[in-house]
Amino acid sequence: MARVHFANVSKRYGDVAAVDDLSLDVADGELLVLLGPSGCGKTTALRMVAGLEEVTEGSLMIGDDLVNDVDPKDRDVAMVFQSYALYPHMSVAKNIEFPLRQRKIETAERKQRALEAATTLGLEDLMDRKPGQLSGGQRQRVALARAIVRDPRVFLMDEPLSNLDAKLRVQTRGDIVALQRRLGTTTLYVTHDQVEAMTMGHRIAVMQGGRLQQVAAPQDLYERPANTFVATFLGSPGMNLIPARRQGDELVTPSGSLVVPAELSGIAPGEVTLGARPESLSLGTEGLRATVSLVEMLGAETQVHCKLEGGTTLVVRQGHDQVRPDLGHSVLVSVDPSSLHAFDAATGDRIEGSQ
Amino acid sequence: MRTRATRRHKDWALAYALLLPGLVIFSIFTFWPFLQNFKLALYQNPPYPGLPSTFVGLSQVGDVLSSVTFHQSLISTLLFVVMVVPTGLLGGLVLALAAHKALKGMAIFQVIFSSTVVTSVAVAAVVFGTLMDPVVGLLPWLGLDPHPAILSNPTWALPAVAVIAIWQFLGLSFIIMTAGLQSLPEEVLEAARLDGARAPTMFFRVTIPLLSPTIFFGLVVGFIYAFQSFGQIDILIGSQNAEFTHTNVLLFYIYRALSVQNDPGLAAVLSIVLFAILLSVTLLQFRFLERRVHYAGN
Repeated sequence: MARVHFANVSKRYGDVAAVDDLSLDVADGELLVLLGPSGCGKTTALRMVAGLEEVTEGSLMIGDDLVNDVDPKDRDVAMVFQSYALYPHMSVAKNIEFPLRQRKIETAERKQRALEAATTLGLEDLMDRKPGQLSGGQRQRVALARAIVRDPRVFLMDEPLSNLDAKLRVQTRGDIVALQRRLGTTTLYVTHDQVEAMTMGHRIAVMQGGRLQQVAAPQDLYERPANTFVATFLGSPGMNLIPARRQGDELVTPSGSLVVPAELSGIAPGEVTLGARPESLSLGTEGLRATVSLVEMLGAETQVHCKLEGGTTLVVRQGHDQVRPDLGHSVLVSVDPSSLHAFDAATGDRIEGSQ
Repeated sequence: MRTRATRRHKDWALAYALLLPGLVIFSIFTFWPFLQNFKLALYQNPPYPGLPSTFVGLSQVGDVLSSVTFHQSLISTLLFVVMVVPTGLLGGLVLALAAHKALKGMAIFQVIFSSTVVTSVAVAAVVFGTLMDPVVGLLPWLGLDPHPAILSNPTWALPAVAVIAIWQFLGLSFIIMTAGLQSLPEEVLEAARLDGARAPTMFFRVTIPLLSPTIFFGLVVGFIYAFQSFGQIDILIGSQNAEFTHTNVLLFYIYRALSVQNDPGLAAVLSIVLFAILLSVTLLQFRFLERRVHYAGN
């Protein structure tokens, strides 16, 4: 087990920076989720740890070793791929034993350890099957067993759940978390699914355009997003952004004004982007003027899309017991002032002193 | 329901209308001659042209199958196949591995390596014939005196024409192997690297098994190609060469039976034998080898 440390790591393909000046520390035993949209550089970052991509600049450490130029096989890391990448011509047992065989571990010990890993993942009855004879979920577990069998310093997981159906994904998510907590192996987990990230990670590192946006515990990330990208990427739906201007004690929007709450008293006069989570908005008798443009009923809750006069759309989350407005009706959207966020209108960065 | 039935009839009609030209051409040029061939095999031809052939039933088949010439031809054919197929496949794999690198200019090598497949047999035979010539060829140029000449030498004539067949098959083999290498699942190879596999293990325990469907396909194609080789022998050895018995592979024997000996009955029997061999070899390959082939994924 070991920590993983990125120090100003970049990966460039010609002029394109897939990962740009990444500095990140994954603590020993931690499960850190790399989260971001497609092409944000999260998989490239993971593959650099594996040694499958070269580091263009900066230094990458596993434990106390600088691994920039270390061959993948000598890094003592195990990876679970999105496609599982099992050896199709080998039985489940042979697949799990493969990494041990490469390390010249004796047959008896090899079989013993493979059986232990298989038992951990409930595969002991499938040892003689070929991957082609297994379901998606079983293959995924074989891939996990192959990773844990050699007790590596670091686990790398590249969207390991995305080929599973929704129900199995939720179950496997819990299994992986339980396994990681039990083994205590440092784990880097790549996903574009924020629910996976929120439920699995000790911490989440959000990436966008090759750059690290924020790294924090899931709840902190949700409650104190560092910029508008993180604010809108996390949450389903993401945070509502409202362009406004501070004039004296008021925050003026095209649809009406709000009183500057005490928490935001530090923001300077001028343009500002306000942020509000759907659950901190409600339809009431006062607030911003809007028209209902879409009503989505999700069972336990309803998401009401309201179009402000300036053209911005806000999503309001309502409990199932609340009165649903009709489409096209005028409403007033009130904002819970204590949960309002403020971001710099030009850079999108969080304004300290807000929240 | 009725409209659905009508629509289905229309679909069938369209399908057959589209198939018809192909079926007609195949019937005239393939199926009909194929069936006629079985009939021809039952008739014996007189030694002089113009006289009517006589119905002899299956006795001609027995005569041919027990003749010394046929046995010699069969042995030559098998030797030829054994020389051509494994060498051609292995050579193609080696070239494909060499060219399977993301280096600048590799496309040029890929074009060169695959070019033998588009070279005509006649051109290849003339080029190699010149190289093997006892006067102006490669050996005299190296100061060696090939005597008797390679192509008139009972020991070396068959290997010499096999070399040409190998050279020509290399291009096809290279293309097949390259296609196979390019479609290997990248993540499986990466997983093996991370699992600690060294180069020989990677190659023999991961790459080759993953490539086995391609190798199997190459083997089937190679067998059919080798059994059907004929042009090199016709051009370089010909029927006049005293040593032709050593290079008298089945297809050449068939050609000679028809064009030199003027014996359609003999040619028909030999054609059926060749057909039977190719069919059974292919079936055997599918029956026994496919079990050892590992198709990736689902």
